Amino acid sequence: MREMIQMVVVLTILSCISGGLLASIKNGTKEQIEYQQLVFVKGPAIRAILEGSSNDPITDRFKLKDGDIERSFFSGAFDGKVNTVTFETFGKGYGGDIGVMVGVNLEDDKIVGVGVTTHSETPGIGALAKTNVAFSAQFKGMPLKDTFKVKTDGGQVDALSGATITSRGVGVALTEAVKIYESLKPQIADQLKTFSK
Amino acid sequence: MARSIAQEFTKGLWDEIPPFRLVLGLCPVLAVTKTVENGWGMGLATTFVLVCSNVLVSLLRKAIPAKVRIACFIIIIATFVTVVELAMQAYAYPLFLKLGIFIPLIVVNCIVLGRAEAFASKNNLVRSTLDGLGIGVGFTLALSALGAVRELLGTGMLTFYETPIQIFGPSYQPFTIMVEAPGAYVGLGLMLCIMNMLGKK
Repeated sequence: MREMIQMVVVLTILSCISGGLLASIKNGTKEQIEYQQLVFVKGPAIRAILEGSSNDPITDRFKLKDGDIERSFFSGAFDGKVNTVTFETFGKGYGGDIGVMVGVNLEDDKIVGVGVTTHSETPGIGALAKTNVAFSAQFKGMPLKDTFKVKTDGGQVDALSGATITSRGVGVALTEAVKIYESLKPQIADQLKTFSK
Repeated sequence: MARSIAQEFTKGLWDEIPPFRLVLGLCPVLAVTKTVENGWGMGLATTFVLVCSNVLVSLLRKAIPAKVRIACFIIIIATFVTVVELAMQAYAYPLFLKLGIFIPLIVVNCIVLGRAEAFASKNNLVRSTLDGLGIGVGFTLALSALGAVRELLGTGMLTFYETPIQIFGPSYQPFTIMVEAPGAYVGLGLMLCIMNMLGKK
């Protein structure tokens, strides 16, 4: 009987200490882990879009509520003014959702850059949406107002050859970005003011 | 056979070097040694877990009831593995992405449990710490060596801190098989063979 109690006590104490320790470490590293994930998963796209910005877009991030969804925004400062914001939207591609990071200049509502973050498109065809510079560069300077359609659908987007569905997906994501941007623009502008000192 | 304190450490480097002499813990040995960097990253993580679990098991060896000792060891080991996993995510995210599932799998690495059960639960703190450190360093060396051989033959370069260094020059035709799964077996087999030839008396 004594042995039995000892077993239960030792195991209970060990588990409690272990649980407590892990919970505190998890809490302590939570922010750092979130930061690292942003840097290495979304970072490359954000950095490519906001190339030459004088701040760290990932440190200067903020969240806004859009209906029930919370969205992250990353701000970029150019010539001493925080005037650009990037955020991620999704569109349906050939192999699942395509994550697209869109950068917009708040002063003239024009796209400063577009970059694919996550996708599961066919390597060598649809996956080129992420690596093909010419494809993403064509959006630069387009006003973030219209809907984005590929040329075969009567729009203005040059599709990747052989990857019309992927290109359409990117277009859908951008059209989605227009909606988000238009509904949240006042709040985004307010947030950006807090970053310019 | 009594060993001196120093021998508790050095035995892990050659006489009992884990993957080669004990042929234990082969899962990470075969799976993550595509590059030198993966090898030593995995080795360091395992070393940390080994030393910490050996210390704790040795300290608690009189308090842990014999019948539930394995369960207790696993709790201790799993705790340290989770610590490593979180720390790696927070401070070495690219390495974490590459090692992925093999970090949590250190929990079931038989080297760690084996040292706790066969050594730390029967020896004092100093000896257990040195044993963990020795075996851990040996494991790291073994993984890095195998990683170096595979990366060198498979790609013709070695990568340190994300910067690849071309060793064999551009005209080298890589043995791509060495960085695939079969290459792990070939590499391990060849290294075992060389070690046995050297150790032959």
